[in-house]
Amino acid sequence: MIKKFDKKDEESGSGSNPFQHLEKSAVLQEARIFNETPINPRRCLHILTKIIYLLNQGEHFGTTEATEAFFAMTRLFQSNDQTLRRMCYLTIKEMANISEDVIIVTSSLTKDMTGKEDVYRGPAIRALCRITDTTMLQAIERYMKQAIVDKVPSVSSSALVSSLHMVKMSFDVVKRWVNEAQEAASSDNIMVQYHALGLLYHLRKNDRLAVTKMLNKFTKSGLKSPFAYCMMIRIASKLLEETEGGHDSPLFDFIESCLRNKHEMVVYEAASAIVHMPNCTARELAPAVSVLQLFCSSPKAALRYAAVRTLNKVAMKHPSAVTACNLDLENLITDSNRSIATLAITTLLKTGSESSVDRLMKQISSFVSEISDEFKVVVVQAISALCQKYPRKHGVMMNFLSNMLRDDGGFDYKRAIVDCIISIIEENPESKETGLAHLCEFIEDCEHTVLATKILHLLGKEGPRTPTPSKYIRFIFNRVVLESEAVRAAAVSALAKFGAQNDDLLPSVLVLMQRCMMDSDDEVRDRATFYMNVLQQKQKALNAAYIFNGLSVSVPGLEKSLHQYTLEPSEKPFDMKTVPLATAPITEQKTEIAPVATSKLPEKLAPSRQDIYQEQLAAIPEFQGLGPLFKSSEPVQLTEAETEYVVRCIKHTFANHMIFQFDCTNTLNDQLLQRVQVQMEPSEAYEVLHCVPAPNLPYSQPGSCYSLVRLPEDDPTAVSCTFSCTLKYLVRDCDPNTGEPDDDGYDDEYVLEDLEVTVADHIQKVLKPNFGAAWEEIGDEFEKEETFALATVRTLDEAVNNIISFLGMQPCERSDKVPENKNSHILFLAGVFRGGHDVLVRARLALADGVTMQVTVRSTDENVVDVILASVG
Amino acid sequence: MTAQSCPRQHCATTMDSAALEPSLYTVKAVFILDNDGNRLLSKYYDPELYPSMKEQKNFEKNVFNKTHKADNEIALLEGMTIVYKSSIDLFFYVVGSVQENELMLMAVLNCLFESLSLMLRKNVEKRTLLDNMDGVFLVVDEIIDGGVILESDPQQVIEKVNYRADDSPLSEQSVAQVLQSAKEQIKWSILK
Repeated sequence: MIKKFDKKDEESGSGSNPFQHLEKSAVLQEARIFNETPINPRRCLHILTKIIYLLNQGEHFGTTEATEAFFAMTRLFQSNDQTLRRMCYLTIKEMANISEDVIIVTSSLTKDMTGKEDVYRGPAIRALCRITDTTMLQAIERYMKQAIVDKVPSVSSSALVSSLHMVKMSFDVVKRWVNEAQEAASSDNIMVQYHALGLLYHLRKNDRLAVTKMLNKFTKSGLKSPFAYCMMIRIASKLLEETEGGHDSPLFDFIESCLRNKHEMVVYEAASAIVHMPNCTARELAPAVSVLQLFCSSPKAALRYAAVRTLNKVAMKHPSAVTACNLDLENLITDSNRSIATLAITTLLKTGSESSVDRLMKQISSFVSEISDEFKVVVVQAISALCQKYPRKHGVMMNFLSNMLRDDGGFDYKRAIVDCIISIIEENPESKETGLAHLCEFIEDCEHTVLATKILHLLGKEGPRTPTPSKYIRFIFNRVVLESEAVRAAAVSALAKFGAQNDDLLPSVLVLMQRCMMDSDDEVRDRATFYMNVLQQKQKALNAAYIFNGLSVSVPGLEKSLHQYTLEPSEKPFDMKTVPLATAPITEQKTEIAPVATSKLPEKLAPSRQDIYQEQLAAIPEFQGLGPLFKSSEPVQLTEAETEYVVRCIKHTFANHMIFQFDCTNTLNDQLLQRVQVQMEPSEAYEVLHCVPAPNLPYSQPGSCYSLVRLPEDDPTAVSCTFSCTLKYLVRDCDPNTGEPDDDGYDDEYVLEDLEVTVADHIQKVLKPNFGAAWEEIGDEFEKEETFALATVRTLDEAVNNIISFLGMQPCERSDKVPENKNSHILFLAGVFRGGHDVLVRARLALADGVTMQVTVRSTDENVVDVILASVG
Repeated sequence: MTAQSCPRQHCATTMDSAALEPSLYTVKAVFILDNDGNRLLSKYYDPELYPSMKEQKNFEKNVFNKTHKADNEIALLEGMTIVYKSSIDLFFYVVGSVQENELMLMAVLNCLFESLSLMLRKNVEKRTLLDNMDGVFLVVDEIIDGGVILESDPQQVIEKVNYRADDSPLSEQSVAQVLQSAKEQIKWSILK
């Protein structure tokens, strides 16, 4: 019975596919008839088709058998059957990497390429270029040049495209064919135009001037190919981006004019280019948005998809620009193509009002299981953005997210959901418990280590401060029993935080810790032992320093310092304070990125910006012995944007010195500047020690000069200072075209804007995840308190932002967010002062007529407290 | 769903497209599947995209599973834009990067379909396709070369390939034709 069934199956299978049961060995056996004379084109053709079919199915051919078949195939060039010859070219291309000595067909192909049969010429060129290497290319160079300008379009196109493929391998040879490609670009055939444009761009793309010229020429001459237009739009928008050209440039006009092209492809390309331009204004977007709006009602699914996807992108930055399309988008939310429907809904979620949220969420949940992971991520991102916009909707959202979390899905999708839930929890304290409960449920069955550890970390941070911390212990300890090493270790750390925060849980936590000390993994055991010992001391300060608030140093910096320490053994113990601090705490960045692209967080620990500066500065001999770099400021512009010379300054703070790094750009193409330096006149007792000039500053190539300044030692409270700056340099006029400078030059100077050093330059942000514990840890030995009235400030938000930017400290416990409709607020700030002293600020704010502020400062050093209070006042 | 069933995840990050580097390399892959999702022809032009045969076939299976039920024309899967079309028992797919102009990919798909339709005299179904597989290989070769769109006009493609579809010599229709022509010849010979 079963046998019969099988047989029937087989019959119907082979009946519908003559290639189904091909045996490689049998086919190769058959290939022997290639050697028969006369050649039977029909049979040979059939066998070649079988060979190509097998290769296409992924059948593996050994080198020997492939070579054998290939050599037999070469005989078929004797036949004049057109299709057979064409199949030979295909076989050559397919076997180019498997068979040996494929170059033996070079002469046959060269003959076909230059022969009389136009049908052969194009394909022969493409096959020939597939088997050619750089040395052989020179031998056929003459033919290639002729072929590029051949009047038969298929020949010219084939030569151009093959040349493009060979640019990677033999740039120098292909570069010599620019003139021919230029000639081909004026061909009447639209595909030849397109291919010529593509090749020309690839040959010239490193020469911006040449690309600009080429683009000007083609925009004027007017190409006919829509493909070529799309290519030109891409080139134009790339140029715009690189030159940061304003939107009044002719390039922008060109792109905009393409919105009126008769080909939809070109119109869409132009609209999409405009939408993707950075800092586009709503007015510039409007024409692009209106063509996209038209596309929304197209009968073609691809066009609707393209339009709504692009509108979705616009809505991220300019929701108001898309509001005009709301009606068209509404029509798409029931589109049978679920991708289109999803995009339409997520766009509406961004542009619509709060009242429509429920309806849209209901619509989307009816088909969320049908859409692919990519779009589920889009949905999650939309929800994340929505939660920030309408915090009151978090109940609906949280429910929806937890359902999504239970569904199947890949890592990126789950990560997006988890990130979104975490950001909701951080935004809305009242959603914390439900959110944590969903996450607890999720880690019960979570195969992604990264997510499990992330959630455990969050539980450790937030769990102990909830009304019933004990209910989380079970979830966490389950991980210790069931999971991989990394998760177990994270679970142990989370447990320790419960023990440290909640005295009544401490005994149970200690028992659990004891069990973890018997773990099979050493990291888990080490952590358990460490926390066990810390917890047993029952000291608040120890808990704060070692359990709640971990190290705040930069990891690559620590690695480097420790390495240095081992190289130069000394009597002194290693000092943590010499290690550079981690600059931007990760949690601070995350909330900004979350709504746009949750998954864009770097996978690898890249060296921070500050580590890079540290390396650069350390390479300059004048700056030796300053100790580790403490802080680097954001660049400050010292000139207007559109001036002859553009100068910006980065302030690098060290323990007792500051280095000012001036990044200068010369925007005059007829000048070469030399010995460029910035002369600084301090207003206070700051002393300028050294200037390191930039030796040469040619047109449009940025260069840096530096000034080293000693901070006043006798007066530690002198933290702010104003420098008047002048750029001094030697000018040598030069020819704008060649860049050849005159022999002699003259000295000149250029007045820059004043540079301010403020208290913020002396303080590095440090995030204390548990501010209360850190506050207790420092103690009130040097506590000082003062009250100020901020008369000019009208709202609490404004006051909070002012204080943060003025002091340059890290807000903790999300206290930078002022809840709505409150008249008082407490802001917690943490930082490290130059020299390595921790400093914490607690500011109580009350809103009356103005804002009254009571500032309490604690630090490990008395001077620091004075400095802070003095500068606030 | 397990991590293995989704072998490569380029997705998510790529939803946010950065500006597209100007290039002629438009098509990342093209494939034709039958109605069981089996590969009849596939070409991958980007060597970094699914370098191994196993990954390619996984990808095709995944794409097929997500697309064969509804004729939706366009989808975004594993971080790539896929335009597709079905005809009787065949499925045609063209794959491009997520930033790619969807309409360009559509132009390629339409050209492929129209060319085959012309070549196979509108019989775009598995049996006829397989009977003329050599022609199919040549058509694909004329439309895309190494990922570059070589030709987008079906008429031009057919002219360049210059392929005559096989008149399957022993089908009933052709027997009738043979008889007809035989009759005619006899008639003429009698008339002489």
